[in-house]
Amino acid sequence: MNWKRAWIAAAAAAPVIGLFAWGLTRDPNNIPSPLPGRQAPPFALAVFSPGQAGLARPVGDTVRLADLKGKVVVLNFWASWCLACRDEHASLSQVAATYEGQPVQFLGVLYNDVPDKGLGWISEMGGQSYPSVDDPGARVAIDYGLYGVPETFFLDATGRVAFKNTGPVTPGMVRLKVDSLIAAAQASAPAAAPAAPSGDTAVPATKGGKAQ
Amino acid sequence: MTRLIASNAIVVALAVTALGALLAPIAVRRGRRDWLNLVYAAVYTNFVLVTISTLALVWGLVSHDFSISYVAQVGSRATPTFYTIISLWGALEGSIVFWAWVLGMYAAAVVWFNRKREGNLVPYAAATILVVAVFFHILLLGPANPFQAVFPVPFDGPGPNPLLQNHILMGVHPPLLYLGYVGFTVPFAFAMGAMFSGEVASDEWIRLTRRWTLTAWGFQSAAIIAGMWWSYEVLGWGGYWAWDPVENASFIPWLTATAFLHSVMVQERRGMLKLWNLNLMVGTFVLTILGTFLTRSGIISSVHAFTQGTIGYYFLGFIALVLVVTLVMVAGNSDKLGSEGRLDAPFSRETAFLLNNLFFTVFMFTVLIGTLFPLVAEAARGIKVSVGTPFFNRMSIPLMVALLFLMGVGPALPWRKGAGPEVKAKLLPGVVLGVVAGVLVLVAGARNIYAVLAFVFAGFALGVNVEEFVRGANARVKAHGEGWLTALSRLVAGNRRRYGGYVAHIGIVLVALGVTASSTFKTEQEATLKPGESLTVSGHTVRFKNAWGREEKQRQVIGATMEVMDGARVVGVIEPRMNYYPTSSSPVPTPQVRSMLSGDLYLNLMAFKQDGSNVTVKVIWEPLVPWIWFGGFVVCFGAIIGVWPGRERAPRAAAVPAAATPRTEGQS
Amino acid sequence: MTTLHATWRSALSLAAACVIAGHAAGAQAPDLPAAPRNAPQDSGALRVQVQGTLTDAQKNDATLESATKSVASQLRCPVCQGLSIQDSPSELSQQMRTVVKEQLASGKSQQQVKDYFISKYGEWILLEPQAHGFNVLVYALPALLVIGGAIFIVVIVKKWTAAAPATSGSAASSDDDAD
Repeated sequence: MNWKRAWIAAAAAAPVIGLFAWGLTRDPNNIPSPLPGRQAPPFALAVFSPGQAGLARPVGDTVRLADLKGKVVVLNFWASWCLACRDEHASLSQVAATYEGQPVQFLGVLYNDVPDKGLGWISEMGGQSYPSVDDPGARVAIDYGLYGVPETFFLDATGRVAFKNTGPVTPGMVRLKVDSLIAAAQASAPAAAPAAPSGDTAVPATKGGKAQ
Repeated sequence: MTRLIASNAIVVALAVTALGALLAPIAVRRGRRDWLNLVYAAVYTNFVLVTISTLALVWGLVSHDFSISYVAQVGSRATPTFYTIISLWGALEGSIVFWAWVLGMYAAAVVWFNRKREGNLVPYAAATILVVAVFFHILLLGPANPFQAVFPVPFDGPGPNPLLQNHILMGVHPPLLYLGYVGFTVPFAFAMGAMFSGEVASDEWIRLTRRWTLTAWGFQSAAIIAGMWWSYEVLGWGGYWAWDPVENASFIPWLTATAFLHSVMVQERRGMLKLWNLNLMVGTFVLTILGTFLTRSGIISSVHAFTQGTIGYYFLGFIALVLVVTLVMVAGNSDKLGSEGRLDAPFSRETAFLLNNLFFTVFMFTVLIGTLFPLVAEAARGIKVSVGTPFFNRMSIPLMVALLFLMGVGPALPWRKGAGPEVKAKLLPGVVLGVVAGVLVLVAGARNIYAVLAFVFAGFALGVNVEEFVRGANARVKAHGEGWLTALSRLVAGNRRRYGGYVAHIGIVLVALGVTASSTFKTEQEATLKPGESLTVSGHTVRFKNAWGREEKQRQVIGATMEVMDGARVVGVIEPRMNYYPTSSSPVPTPQVRSMLSGDLYLNLMAFKQDGSNVTVKVIWEPLVPWIWFGGFVVCFGAIIGVWPGRERAPRAAAVPAAATPRTEGQS
Repeated sequence: MTTLHATWRSALSLAAACVIAGHAAGAQAPDLPAAPRNAPQDSGALRVQVQGTLTDAQKNDATLESATKSVASQLRCPVCQGLSIQDSPSELSQQMRTVVKEQLASGKSQQQVKDYFISKYGEWILLEPQAHGFNVLVYALPALLVIGGAIFIVVIVKKWTAAAPATSGSAASSDDDAD
């Protein structure tokens, strides 16, 4: 029994096992998106579900990303056939309503679905506080690198993608992100934010584009 | 009650196998034959216990005993009985039970047939199998436990995954696969046994396990073909192989096993390549465990990824153990496995086998590297990359073409000598057939160099292998005056291994022809049709008659009746459909296939209008695809011939290289 | 196993339980002029045969179609497991194919179209790693193995044939009777 050779050979197993051990800590199904940090792809989509009360927009209205500059945008892609979207819907709708009057725009984007079915789903789920637009042909979805629903994008006030969440969101996380983006917007360009409380005009604009 | 029987049987099985594994080396050391009999008894007892457990689980499924967690997971009162029974292997936990059962069966069988053998080989081999069994029993009591109690007991369950209830091949492919995968444990155990007992220089472990290895290989081949057939008929994209990690996991060990089956012939005849062959056999087993680890641990995303959770860590531990032990033992024994390499001529069969080894091994590494690369790249760069069909096709097609060539040239080359006039005569029919095939495919329009070469070499290999039968039978007719068919059957019976191998080659040729033709000449078209309208693809016309719906116990079915036209005459009916299961928010499209000698007419229902006024169908013409499945049968037939017991000729003397013994031919 | 993110399951859903507006654009070749709708439409084969009589617009179409196919075969379907958007029947794949076709028709090169998708999905969207930097390994290793192995065999065969004492050729004349 040649032990010297034996142990050298055994040592060869170590990097392989190490690789697999590391691999077990990763999720192979989670694809990191290249979008965060870059300008969000523009879109112009028509409203099919108006939303409620102060957040409402008329049906048929066109929502353009360019018009939303200066506001924090929460873009939530969903579909009526999506089971996981049910998990997040109620809380997302509630959280959105609490930001009424603030420079935040919550927007639902229908993915690979029919607006009528979307409306049916919304009423079944007890209403949606923010408006939803239709994305025929999934053009905008592809532009945002969607690979399933639900996915939620958080855009800062300058129109850059700050964060992408895959899967259902939690209310806590939404609040955290939105609040930090609002704060960043106020810190960097207080005069520009329309409904924001007045802030320090002297703060230099070094913190633009929230990380993460 | 059923649950308790099933789960306690595994508990006892774990104890029995663990004790047996521990006792075996002690029994050998002390030379206690009676303790050894206890070890063997442990193997038999294990088989009885896992059989009880498996039957109990099946009974639980069939009787809808939802107090058992596995039944609650995959069972449903609406599912037809056939699919209920085969849901035994439809999800992780049940599949591990099945694995343990097949392992128990192989262990009991191989020990039984070798129980009277002297020496330390069998005891150590038994110990090795018992250790493997211990691992799977631990899984069954730990992360993959199908026998957990469910309370309160639900009235009904969700049923198996809809994809797994759509086709009867689901009852064929997994058992074949397990009989293959698990079957490789036997030669592995004997290889380890040979090393543990210090008897590795003798070929005994190879001789004893020849039929077992060939059997496992036969099952594995059948399983791969059946898997291809299943995905072709069920998944709807008209393809049969996507280089998915789970497909690769079954293919990789098949490659080394095939290489092994060929390479051992060199060891038997010339005493060479011993270390290489040991590596191939041990490697095959390690690769089966690796493949299982990759697909069950969730480490690589795959259509088949059963699960996440802790089972990955258990497999990682086992694979670490197996890797280290095998590396240590093989490297440690490598000194004893040298042989004087000697070749008489460069262009002999030995060289062909060397090249054979090279191509199969590189092929295996290529598929393995490609499968693992996303993981490696992420570790190195932090970015996810994909390695899919374009990569695997690009890298493996040249190797496959080269192997086709070898399959033609190999049988014609003699041992030891180089090519002479006799060889040229043997090659001639192959060359003719190859040229004919090449011309045919060029006329048919193929322009891809590899497609043309594949056809040429397939024709070549077919010619050479068939010629072997013709020649042999003719010689017998001449020598014994037998009828030609009698001569043929006696020829085969006289050397089952060899002619079984040639039959398998012919099967592979058929598979290769089917794969090449369908890749090169496939055409498809999608259209929305109103009733009475038709669609033509490559000269085959189908006409939409009507759409219909029906209610079945476990699902709703929407289908379209499509008539196959020959001019104005209806020559057949194909009904692609969509199956709606209550547990799934989306339908499972179920394509239908009409097979002919020249190919398959493959129809998939893509969309339909609720009032039946139109449907959208995709029609694919897949040339020669049925040859793939038929070729698979031929390969299995070849394996059966090779395994079939007959008058066993003593192996040719290429024994332990005793110093300077002049080799004399004619020892048999 | 809960589907927190409805990815590949939706691949099975053609979302076609009823007519979806804008179904599967780009799937059918434009009709030949004035061909009645209920005449047998012999598509693929016919298109090849009558190549010579196609108008320029339709010729472009055939090149465009094959370019689309070529690019689509290299892009991974995001909601399937390992299928290309050319092969996958899922709705997202069909939509991505349309995007590919439109971009190609507008004059973009195949590489530019691929770059667009990479900018949206990351390198993962390509079914074959681009041969830059670290990725070269996955191509180079098998190639090196083949070449290295072949050289090794040549060397070994030379060595082993040189080592052979001249065993009698006649004894080996009966070619393999066993195996």
